[in-house]
Amino acid sequence: MAPKEPLNDELILGQQSNATLDNTIGDLVLDQKKHNNKAWVLTFLVGFGMLHLFLASVAWLLYTGIGIWGNNIPSGWGFDIINFVWWIGIGHAGTLISAILLLMRQQWRNSINRFAEAMTIFAVICAAQYPLLHTGRPWVAYWLFPYPNILAMWPQFRSPLIWDVFAVNTYATVSVLFWLMGLIPDFATLRDRATNKIAKPILGILSFGWRGSARHWHRYEQAYLLLAGLSTPLVLSVHTIVSYDFAVSIVPGWNVTVFPPYFVAGAVFAGFAMVLLLIIPIRAMYSLKDLVTMRHIDWMAKIMLATGLIVFYGYILEAFYAWYSGNPYELKLLQWRFTGPYWPAYWLLIFFNGIVPQLMWNPKWRQNLMIVWVVSMGVTIGMWLERFVIIPISLTVNYLPSSDRMYIPTFWDFAMFAGTIGLFVTLMFLFVRFAPIINIFEMKDLLHKLHQEKQRKDKGGKPEPEAPAEVPAGAGE
Amino acid sequence: MDTKDTQSLNLEALRAKLAGKTGRRYWRSMEQIAETDEFKMWVEDEFPNRKAILELDRRQLLKYMGASMALAGLSGCRQVFLGQDKIVPYVNQPEELVPGRPLYYASTFTHAGYGQGVLVEQHEGRPTKIEGNPDHPENKGTSDHWMQASILSMYDPDRSGSVTTKDGEIGTWDGFFKKSRAAIASQKAKKGAGLRILMEATSSPTLIRQLAAIQKSLPEASIHVWDPVNRDNVRQGSALALGKDLEPVYNFENAQIVVSLDADFFSSMPGHLRYAKDFANARRVLGAEAEMNRLYAFESTPGLVGAMADHRWSVKASGIGEIAKGLYDAVSGGTPSGPLAKELAAIAADLKGFPDASIVVPGDHQPAAVHALAQMINLLLNPGRGCVKYIEPVTNAGAFSDLSLKELVDEMNAGKVEAIMMLGGNPVYDAPADLKFAEALAKVPFKMHHGKYVDETAMACDWHLPETHYLEEWGDARAYDGTVTFVQPVSYPLFEGRSKIELLAALFASPTSGYDLVRETYAATVPAAEFESSWRKALHVGVARETARPAVTATAVGTQPEVGAPVPGLEIAFRSEPHVFDGRYSNNGWLQELPRPLTQITWENAAIIGVETAKRLKLESEDVIELKYGGVPVNAPVFVQPGHAEDQVTVHFGYGRTRGGSVATSTDFFGGGFNAFALRTSKAMSFDKLEEPRKVASKAHPIATTQLHHQIEDDRDVIRSGTLTEYRKNPSLHEEAHHGGSPESKSLYPDNIFEFNGPQWGMTIDMNVCIGCNACAVACQAENNISVVGKEQVKNGREMHWIRIDRYYMGDLANPDETVFQPIACVHCEKAPCEPVCPVAATVHSHEGLNQMVYNRCVGTRYCSNNCPYKVRRYNYKNWSDNQKQFMDRIEPIAKIGGNTTTEKTNGIALLRMLNNPDVTVRGRGVMEKCTYCVQRINNVRIEAKKAGREPRDGEILTACQQSCPTQAIVFGNVADPESQVSKLRKDPRSYQLLRELQTRPRTSHMGRLRNPNPEITA
Repeated sequence: MAPKEPLNDELILGQQSNATLDNTIGDLVLDQKKHNNKAWVLTFLVGFGMLHLFLASVAWLLYTGIGIWGNNIPSGWGFDIINFVWWIGIGHAGTLISAILLLMRQQWRNSINRFAEAMTIFAVICAAQYPLLHTGRPWVAYWLFPYPNILAMWPQFRSPLIWDVFAVNTYATVSVLFWLMGLIPDFATLRDRATNKIAKPILGILSFGWRGSARHWHRYEQAYLLLAGLSTPLVLSVHTIVSYDFAVSIVPGWNVTVFPPYFVAGAVFAGFAMVLLLIIPIRAMYSLKDLVTMRHIDWMAKIMLATGLIVFYGYILEAFYAWYSGNPYELKLLQWRFTGPYWPAYWLLIFFNGIVPQLMWNPKWRQNLMIVWVVSMGVTIGMWLERFVIIPISLTVNYLPSSDRMYIPTFWDFAMFAGTIGLFVTLMFLFVRFAPIINIFEMKDLLHKLHQEKQRKDKGGKPEPEAPAEVPAGAGE
Repeated sequence: MDTKDTQSLNLEALRAKLAGKTGRRYWRSMEQIAETDEFKMWVEDEFPNRKAILELDRRQLLKYMGASMALAGLSGCRQVFLGQDKIVPYVNQPEELVPGRPLYYASTFTHAGYGQGVLVEQHEGRPTKIEGNPDHPENKGTSDHWMQASILSMYDPDRSGSVTTKDGEIGTWDGFFKKSRAAIASQKAKKGAGLRILMEATSSPTLIRQLAAIQKSLPEASIHVWDPVNRDNVRQGSALALGKDLEPVYNFENAQIVVSLDADFFSSMPGHLRYAKDFANARRVLGAEAEMNRLYAFESTPGLVGAMADHRWSVKASGIGEIAKGLYDAVSGGTPSGPLAKELAAIAADLKGFPDASIVVPGDHQPAAVHALAQMINLLLNPGRGCVKYIEPVTNAGAFSDLSLKELVDEMNAGKVEAIMMLGGNPVYDAPADLKFAEALAKVPFKMHHGKYVDETAMACDWHLPETHYLEEWGDARAYDGTVTFVQPVSYPLFEGRSKIELLAALFASPTSGYDLVRETYAATVPAAEFESSWRKALHVGVARETARPAVTATAVGTQPEVGAPVPGLEIAFRSEPHVFDGRYSNNGWLQELPRPLTQITWENAAIIGVETAKRLKLESEDVIELKYGGVPVNAPVFVQPGHAEDQVTVHFGYGRTRGGSVATSTDFFGGGFNAFALRTSKAMSFDKLEEPRKVASKAHPIATTQLHHQIEDDRDVIRSGTLTEYRKNPSLHEEAHHGGSPESKSLYPDNIFEFNGPQWGMTIDMNVCIGCNACAVACQAENNISVVGKEQVKNGREMHWIRIDRYYMGDLANPDETVFQPIACVHCEKAPCEPVCPVAATVHSHEGLNQMVYNRCVGTRYCSNNCPYKVRRYNYKNWSDNQKQFMDRIEPIAKIGGNTTTEKTNGIALLRMLNNPDVTVRGRGVMEKCTYCVQRINNVRIEAKKAGREPRDGEILTACQQSCPTQAIVFGNVADPESQVSKLRKDPRSYQLLRELQTRPRTSHMGRLRNPNPEITA
């Protein structure tokens, strides 16, 4: 990986045509030999190994019970909910990129949206493990769903956990639909190019009979826009509702009104960090530098910086209002966070989420891929620590001081966390191998638009009649 | 296919086949090499030797079918030759037994020789719960943690189940009697010169009668008494001061001023239940005009008495003598010298101001001279014996443990003892180390041990005989004041045990049932004509009326005894363990897991030191030190305890067991602790100088405590306390300023949330009389089938007690001014924060104001617990509901005497299940649980009331904690009824709702703590 690349304003670099785009992106699926590099195999094997750690820890968990974790009586929640919130947060960048940036007609989203959406889905899959498995009796966890039953029982709709069930399920469903729909024209492209006897029929099924007709494109655009509209509120709602798990309670350190916006900003912050964390090595690995350019990296780093500032502001406000309220319990918690036995967690959080992202102010450092990657890694760790600070640290110090008790995670806590990372890495690397990681037809569209724009400029700014959005795509050249 | 005709193996041919091969070749069997048909068949056919179905003709098939049918019918012949479990319904319904309704029987629990009356709840023949006997002079219906936990010991699967011999063989009673009767017969010839009986202190009239008879028939035999924790000092003190071997009995009801000289009359001294109750009654404050008593405490190891005291001084154990002397000087009119002279003069003035209404109580472990001085003071203060009387000793008159054991050991060493019979006790473990009891015992040719466990002593004996639990045997005992009470069995012995009296009868007289033996004893005390009715009445109430020992006229004799000077420098103090006592309750999981008062340690003992001493020795809690005394080193974890006397290391007995049950002996899963008896010598039974301990390791031994040393910030309204004077000025004891006026007045909620026209349940807990004894916690555990989780899990913060006793200190860290106990269980908030957050509605409110847990509906998200500001919810992190099942996978097999046979524990689990209260759901893993206000008891009373067509009466419903509480600090009832006791207490100005600023509106109110300090003394 070249640590430093020059910043230029291009969204697509090099001599690109529709054919080169098809080749660069499509061959990653069609020509599986491209993945026979050491990096892919090693990373995948590590991820796959960790996935088995996940399976082992789930098996042991189901056999023994929550007791294998470090949760105890003041701290009913620990790694389970930390990781849930962390994963859900990571997913947010995907939805933001696909939906909000689409509605805002941000062209730069085209080269990263597919990747970010995939990340969203996999992160939601990882996140969903926790609410299910953190229940003491996961075999009856379906009681959280409203379904007709002979018990004549509804779930308890006042509980934020029920809101969570709806929020996360809606989010997962819409994200999957959005992603799969966007893949249809690309699968059609691949189907047409595929020669492999196994790949061709599979791609044929996946492309749902897409022929690239104008009617197809028309309906596709309509549906895609609708889904984008549907996803947009989800970006805000999901993490808002996740934050209600805490904000609605009466636990000092949880019962904070700033939580919803601060959680959403934190989620976007963490999501962009994760996109950067993954895209930087992958674009190097698969020579996608012409498609995911330094322009993209730069913009994402800026968003990370902006959301990071919001989050940092949240931390300051949290502390300020704890002090300003004069509430003895809040003050005690503040002191516990600052100087209590878990002080490294709090101050590392401030370091990673508050201080380190400030490096992104400097345009030179935004162009240094190594620095961007390290900052992203820092943010990812920092956001995990944020949930650690919020969840167990608030629980370990109580209204009645007699109940104060330390929370100490166990091997199985870490095993399960590592396990979900393994699950994520496995899914991500399978995705890289078996689906086009960059939206081919949107790139073609973009290329076309950029081309027109260039022509227009060359002709002295005389506007060309706006070409229809449909660019020949799936059906091949 | 028949295999008879397969070719036989020809070894020569095999060799030939192998000879041709080179290199490595593995072969499965000789048949493989021979490639016989048989081998091929084994390889190819999964079920060789079966008759292929296709080969069967029709006739044969029918034959086989017929045979199968006929054999199937055999299962109907179970009774004939297969053995059968019997499930037999009652043919004739036993008198008074209604299935589903418990019966109560009066019996007696004996602790260290003293009887305490119990009522045993029995469900269809299965005892499940112990309550105090309201007719007993000590209990008056209350109970302590030992009584409550004794029911678990009955179902203890580790209890010894059969007669065992030295070589680990399971013997029979017949075999034992054959051997032992021969031994006794040979002793008879020499009038028992070689026979010794060693026993624990006993007050049982029947046993004492039997022993007297044995002594008579074998005059040369001798009976020895040994208890590691005994009352020798008390009686020797009386002998010094009064010239007679007497035992003092105090009357706290009249006592206005009480001075404790390192005494623990709240939880371990004989009579403690009565003392605590009377003390609390004299302390209870209701209304502004009420008076309360005053308690001064001089304490070495912080205990319950010191926590309750109005003035408390930390004095090391050896320094109490000086205090006693100073106090005697002051009371007898002189001027006190020595430490705390000014305070002692003030105390003496206070004491003298209340003639016949003040007492000085010395601790049982204090030397005889302290007791003598204390009794001399008491005689001066109580000219009319208002607060103290003296009675003949309740247990074993004449014999003193320390001397008696020493004498026995000398005789054993001299080879004079040919046969020894140990009735209970565990001297191999608990005898003073310098006596080397085990070595002396080895010299005795014939050794028998009768006890409940195969313990250290049993291992050293030729015969171990199982003893019955008190719920399985007939017997009798005397209470602290001498009242005779009866031990009545409520169950057939679960194992092959026999009671002490039956054993003695069978050995030395003729085999007689315990019932007859006890009757005989009783018959001698009442006129024959009244006997039968009197016996029945006495058995019914469990107490023989008017049998208390009469007071003996006692006057001071002799001169002022000399007290020893305090030990210079560091000293070691030996104390009985608050819960496992001297190790006799080591195998009881309930007692092990019950947090020790003040320290909140569970599952083990520690070397407890004061804050300043820790600083000086550069030690911290959980460091491991080497205690060296008398040349014996013992490694012990350190525990730093605020309020502990400086320059003193307190070690508790009862741990470091090597035999005696899986709970007692396991060291990793359970705490295990260290053996303090290894350090104790006959020269210094209570305290002595100790070498500076050597630090072995830092923070190396985690101690499982249930509460950290967090102080309350001043601005929290958790504990309300104040002096009596402050109370009269401001009865609420609350400085309103903290929260800007009364939050109640600002509430948006209506006063009456519940419109339901029926009872509304509520509770009050009076912290002013709570002594912190933990009886409620065990009572709750027994009533509600609460699991034991083990040390490791307590350390992780997962103990399951529904009610816990929080302990808070106020003031100086090294020497807190005030210690307060705050019992807390679910407070049943009217606006319960746990309810709205449960996603499946598993915790809901009843229309009677109970916050209910629906176990079946709980999926275990733990959100309710997170949102509970009182943190009273308990979660089944693992499957602990099979009682002690979780202990199974971690314990070593328990060796029988000498052998390595393992104990089958699976049956033990089934046994422990019989303990469960059938009225309470047993919770599985992954489910939240918490205090229910004993809803099963509410419903039982309600059903009875409904049948009678009335409302439940006030005080008719007793929660388990309330029923056991020795001081009646807990009151439960209907808060909607303005006349009920609980309503009145809720309106008491001292009553407050914990964390009321959260608007949770708890139904349990706490009542502020009061102190009554002497204005003459400045703390």
